[in-house]
Amino acid sequence: MTQINKSAKQLLAPIVSNKRVGQYHQIIINIGDVAATCKPGNFVAISVGGDSSRMVLRRAFAISRVSTSTTVGGTMELIVAPHGQGSKWLCAQGEGVVLDLVAPLGTAFGIPTEPVPVLLVGGGYGSAPLFGLAELLNSRGCRVDMLLGASTGSKIYAPMEGKRAVNSMRIYTEDGSMGVAGRVTDPIAEIIRDLNVAVIYSCGPMPMLAAITTIADQFDVVHQCAVEESMACGIGICMTCVLPVENEDGSISNLRSCIDGPVMDGSKVQWSKVGQQL
Amino acid sequence: MTALDFSTTIGNAWFPAPTFTASGCASSGRELAQFFPLREMGGVVTKSVMSKMRPGRPTPRMAETPSGMLNSIGLQGPGIDAFLAKDVPYLVEQKARIIVSIAGETVEEYSTLARKLRSVSGISAIEVNISCPNVENRGLVFACDPEASRRVIDGVRRTIGGELPIIAKLSPDVTDLVSIAKGVVDAGADGLALINTVLGMVINVDTMRPHLGGKTGGLSGPAIRPIAVRAVYQVHAALPQIPILGMGGIASGKDALEMILAGASGVSIGTASFGNPTAIMSIQNELKQLLTDRGFTSLKQAVGFAHRPNEGE
Repeated sequence: MTQINKSAKQLLAPIVSNKRVGQYHQIIINIGDVAATCKPGNFVAISVGGDSSRMVLRRAFAISRVSTSTTVGGTMELIVAPHGQGSKWLCAQGEGVVLDLVAPLGTAFGIPTEPVPVLLVGGGYGSAPLFGLAELLNSRGCRVDMLLGASTGSKIYAPMEGKRAVNSMRIYTEDGSMGVAGRVTDPIAEIIRDLNVAVIYSCGPMPMLAAITTIADQFDVVHQCAVEESMACGIGICMTCVLPVENEDGSISNLRSCIDGPVMDGSKVQWSKVGQQL
Repeated sequence: MTALDFSTTIGNAWFPAPTFTASGCASSGRELAQFFPLREMGGVVTKSVMSKMRPGRPTPRMAETPSGMLNSIGLQGPGIDAFLAKDVPYLVEQKARIIVSIAGETVEEYSTLARKLRSVSGISAIEVNISCPNVENRGLVFACDPEASRRVIDGVRRTIGGELPIIAKLSPDVTDLVSIAKGVVDAGADGLALINTVLGMVINVDTMRPHLGGKTGGLSGPAIRPIAVRAVYQVHAALPQIPILGMGGIASGKDALEMILAGASGVSIGTASFGNPTAIMSIQNELKQLLTDRGFTSLKQAVGFAHRPNEGE
């Protein structure tokens, strides 16, 4: 049984900046010493709407990157798409607004002990945490190649500085409005063969993660994916965010994506059983 | 200023504070222990456990609603043996006071669970959850049927003997809650937990189908608080000597006080912990202050205060 992230803390943290970047908001929050305990893949749960809000549940956001050495102290960066009531509220909060948050939560991406070639695949705004991960992998000597995909170009999140840590970055859109027309999963098999990829890291919508798992399994490549499942609490007490995952003994259990995830071994997740009665 | 006596009792079980988790809203306590010491609250009411491991219902299991949420977890859990092997020892080690919540599909299953708990040390009381709305067959919600409710509690009482207090958790989704409460008390319940979630549904207007995997779910959160206050008030009026664990949307010390004035001897906090892992600690501190501000020297003086006639009337 996995346990809650031992570094998790609840804190009141001020927003340092909130900038619109295309369809997304880049929100920087001062989290002090907690920044040093956040790892790529971890997420944060934020209280939204203020004291009189009718929104009673926290919202979970992937931490896209942290910095421990800014002039204001430790910070975390979130890339937020204002599509629901909670994320719209968050995107409307300006500098100085103090947020009630719990971080870091969940599992982190595992980093290879050897400098091996790795492939990072992001779908939509799910790509945000890949950039912090890319920097870490690059610093460990891994060759990092990145694929980003979305239905349309305006939903691609690809900051200029994100390219620094990657060997190559290719963009795929289903409508062809940016990069190559097609799905982000189209070139994966070829890249695995050409570059001898040892690990695939992915974040994005579930159908994309399931499709990558199929390819990764064919080539026997490790696939670490960050899942997105709706959560009520983010800390493991509500049991709403479960996914069917194969155990060591071959049985299947509904595991909490907030505690046993969000980063999971793609080959263990039973994608075809999601939403089915076990 | 005299110190406030914040303690409460349910049957022969004593608790230093009247604040508890709500079953199904704190798992078995481990996660909340990351945020505050479990022994600082009145007690942990564990997630209702059944005889066997149970995977629960398919996702989606949750829908946020105005000032509340619907859930359809379906009693996912490890089963009683794994629970007793792992979770109870952990809670004992944390010096938490423990109320074990049990759920069954048959009258016999409840008795079997009670038998397994009989000799376990470190447990303060048993909550008999006869009102989980997330079961396959709504006909199995014992708490909607006075005779079935009575039989479950009678079976547990006979199995457990006279030692451990039994708390029956009831549903507000009934026509005559007081008669069901009287029935389970006659059958041997020492206390009542009021209320379980209220059965509800959300339809996704994009897919145009029920949003939850289980179609229906239990509504919790501040949206149901007035229903809970009413239920506690009605039952306390009819059974003033029976301790009630009041719950349903408590999110502040003021909410907890309201429940106590209605007749609750203790309060359980559920959905508020989802929104704020330290909600129970805040509620506890606020409640102490509110009782003191109103001149109470003990929690017990405030229990059911709303039933007393105004002075001068």
